[in-house]
Amino acid sequence: MARTNTMSRGLRGSLTAFTAVVLVVVYIPLALVLLNSFNTDNTFGWPPPGYTLHWWQLAWDSQGARDALWTSVKVACAATLVALLLGTLAALALRRTRFFGRNVVSLLIILPIALPGVVTGLAFQNGFRTILGIQLSLWTIVIAHATFCIVTVFNNVQARFQRLGGNLEQASMDLGAGRWTTFRLVTFPMLRSALLAGALLSFGLSFDEIVVTTFTASSQDQTLPIWIFQNLFRPNQAPIVNVVAAVLVLFSAIPIYLAQRLSGSTEGMTGAMT
Amino acid sequence: MRKIGTKRLAAVACAGVLALATACGTDSGGGDGAKASDEQGGFTAPDVPMQQEIGDPEGQVNILAWPGYAEDGSTDKSIDWVTPFEQQTGCQANVKYFGTSDEAFQLMKSGEYDVVSASGDATLRLVASGEAAPVNTDLLKNYGDIAPFLKDQKFNSVDGQMYGVPHGWGANLLMYNTDVVKPAPTSWGAVFEGASDYAGKVTAYDSPIYIADAALYLMKTQPDLGIEDPYALDQDQLAAAVDLLKNQKENVSEYWSDYLKEVQAFKSGDSVIGTTWQVIASVAQGEGAPVEAVLPEEGATGWSDTWMISSKSKNPNCGYLWMDYITSPKAQAQVAEYFGEAPANTKACALTSDKSFCDTYHAEDADYAAQIHYWTTPIEQCLDGRTDVKCTNYGDWTTAWTEVKG
Amino acid sequence: MSFIDRRPGLRVGLLLTPPMLWLGVAYLGALGALLITSLWSQNDFTGQIERIWTTENFQTLFTVDVYRSITFRTIGIAVLVTVVDAVLAFPIALYMAKIASPRAQRLLVIAVLMPLWASYLVKAYAWRGMFSADGPIAWIAQPFGLDTPGYGLFATTVTLAYLWLPYMILPVFAGLERVPDSLFEASADLGAGSWHTLRRIVLPMAFPAFVAGSIFTFSLTMGDYIAVKIVGGTTQLLGNVVYDNQGAANNLPFAAAVATIPIVVMLAYLAAARRTGALEQL
Repeated sequence: MARTNTMSRGLRGSLTAFTAVVLVVVYIPLALVLLNSFNTDNTFGWPPPGYTLHWWQLAWDSQGARDALWTSVKVACAATLVALLLGTLAALALRRTRFFGRNVVSLLIILPIALPGVVTGLAFQNGFRTILGIQLSLWTIVIAHATFCIVTVFNNVQARFQRLGGNLEQASMDLGAGRWTTFRLVTFPMLRSALLAGALLSFGLSFDEIVVTTFTASSQDQTLPIWIFQNLFRPNQAPIVNVVAAVLVLFSAIPIYLAQRLSGSTEGMTGAMT
Repeated sequence: MRKIGTKRLAAVACAGVLALATACGTDSGGGDGAKASDEQGGFTAPDVPMQQEIGDPEGQVNILAWPGYAEDGSTDKSIDWVTPFEQQTGCQANVKYFGTSDEAFQLMKSGEYDVVSASGDATLRLVASGEAAPVNTDLLKNYGDIAPFLKDQKFNSVDGQMYGVPHGWGANLLMYNTDVVKPAPTSWGAVFEGASDYAGKVTAYDSPIYIADAALYLMKTQPDLGIEDPYALDQDQLAAAVDLLKNQKENVSEYWSDYLKEVQAFKSGDSVIGTTWQVIASVAQGEGAPVEAVLPEEGATGWSDTWMISSKSKNPNCGYLWMDYITSPKAQAQVAEYFGEAPANTKACALTSDKSFCDTYHAEDADYAAQIHYWTTPIEQCLDGRTDVKCTNYGDWTTAWTEVKG
Repeated sequence: MSFIDRRPGLRVGLLLTPPMLWLGVAYLGALGALLITSLWSQNDFTGQIERIWTTENFQTLFTVDVYRSITFRTIGIAVLVTVVDAVLAFPIALYMAKIASPRAQRLLVIAVLMPLWASYLVKAYAWRGMFSADGPIAWIAQPFGLDTPGYGLFATTVTLAYLWLPYMILPVFAGLERVPDSLFEASADLGAGSWHTLRRIVLPMAFPAFVAGSIFTFSLTMGDYIAVKIVGGTTQLLGNVVYDNQGAANNLPFAAAVATIPIVVMLAYLAAARRTGALEQL
């Protein structure tokens, strides 16, 4: 392979070693989380005085965790749907024409995620509660999440457009298909995997979001991060939080793997990184 | 040409957005705001209607409580006086804990809670902002048994109208790790001048009201500063307290507002000495941490808590039922023993499992109660009666607290 | 050709209307309202916002020293975290882009992304456990007579760098993938050693990717208040000041005024980033 002789052996060796070390360091805290989910001591003293499956049993039975998980899934799905719609529309619009406000639009799309969550959350809370006077609810959370998720879909779709160009659609229209038919039968299939990759990223972003969520959730709503936040310090609940986190990490391999396969290459995911 | 178009569009858009936002803007609050420049109890409370009778229970009640005040078995299965309430009245209780009075005030403003256990540094602010409704004490069966020295106080009533029902009172204590701190401390100096002995392991309450603790210490150790009331501090006195706290900060590991965070810190050894509530010491001991709590010789700040009902309450009947229940002798005995405070209802003294409980906590001793410096909102008009200087208000304290933390 | 085709501007306009209404009007409007609030003041006692135009919030920000020190501290930590992440990310990204086989590459991407799914809170909390007085770091350090650094600036920097590392690795990886292998060969043919090639050719080409990643590390650090509360001990960052003021201190106008600081910083940063072409690499 051409790769093997682009670099000196010394460099390759040190890079490999470095990568291995950093990966180990990255996973140590996660391993600690997993270990502590078996820890008999509920404030996680080190080394663990004993091991138990008790917390796993409690987590399985925990209604609070289950409800919070379901709420998070609902919110993330709704936010992703909205983001898919708006992100695709924006990418379609900016596609070909040297639209005079192109930079402005790009900036606007990035802004919700480039500005710190405190600012976005505060702005939304102020907007909902004091200006519009509406109660905070799951919908306010969805609206806030969708706003900063648009960028993941937008980037993915835009990258896909850049890669594939517009020839296929041009050909389709030359052959007599209308705009909507072209979109349905030519454009959309082209975009499908990019949309899915973007949707997965957006889902992940919304699922783990805590900062903006604390500002836009009512006291009754509990997404999973909020549930974790409230239970982190409670002696009887903290180990359950660890169990939940460990399960999440293990299960996360699935959507990530899926996203990889769908975007064809790793570029589809990373080129749209947010 | 296109560039000009962009800029013009952007400018128009911005102007439009600003105009829209200004027109809507923020709510300056419902009702007539109250002026805080008059002395406590002398301001005009907004006109909020008072409930005249208790109707049918609405089926649920949203309670905002200090941790330990409304236990429903979730912290410890055997500690539960909320479930009997739910069974008796049919009102499902949703309890939310808060860590500081500021948090409570802010949460009440959302209008989502029906009742709140407010300390003296939140009560008048709740009344003044129209959040708290006057309480019809005739509707509360247990009101007559409440200790008389808790009724019609400056912090829970305005012009003779009660705005809540007293819950209980107590002092902030000094907690220490018995393995590390030897001999047992007897003075707050252990966390001020003596804090360097435990460098990096001192903890303190994360709220501007903690400045009063520093002021109290200065009151006893530096009398020439002239502090009479730890909540009535002029600029110089506040500066002195802030200096004391800045020195303390060098040795502080963390400030706590979540009571469980303090329990954890003492258990893991990250904190070994600091200010606390009795319930925290009890929970920590239950978790196996070697701690003790003492009331130091300089005295202490403390709290005298009042259950208040929200003017926007959606469940006022259940709210009143809760206020009545929590002030009944049995519930009072349970709360007082769990939290570690003196109950407001003196009939509870006969029902505590420890028969000398009320004596230990001086529940019926009005003179003792008068010595604790209860949390009060500092205002410009000096609470100690001085008229030659302006005292610092809570906004000043908040800014000062940010400066202390650095 | 239909009506729409003859008017490309109209087509673009129609497509753009929903996203622009959402972002341009709703989001910008909310931001604008927040900024306007910073020009009002709040009654300390009742907590009501008084709609009297005043710059006293900004005056406080500029005159009281502590806010300046908090701002510099926050920016300093943001820079430090960005640098640490860049240094850590480059070798890994390089390995993934140029040395790993396609299968290993896929596995590595999964390995880098998986920690993102462990809740941010749990990861911060795990670091709290690590730095705790009876945690693993203290346990390892004890035989050497050392102790855990405890909660504070060091713990905050380490934790934040850990949390945002994937956000830096991925754009850099994508950027390095775009560097053609042939450049390495050409450089080697011309006599340059590997390190030299890296320094003079690869790094400058990948620089926009670093900037793209840094937008996240910088922005996430500027606004963070939760991880700081968990591992920071007594540390206060800008995010804490905003959060405390809108929450406990109940002073929304002042919180909004403090919030303008990260907004200004990030807008300046984005403007600078645009010059390097990093925005296309996001």
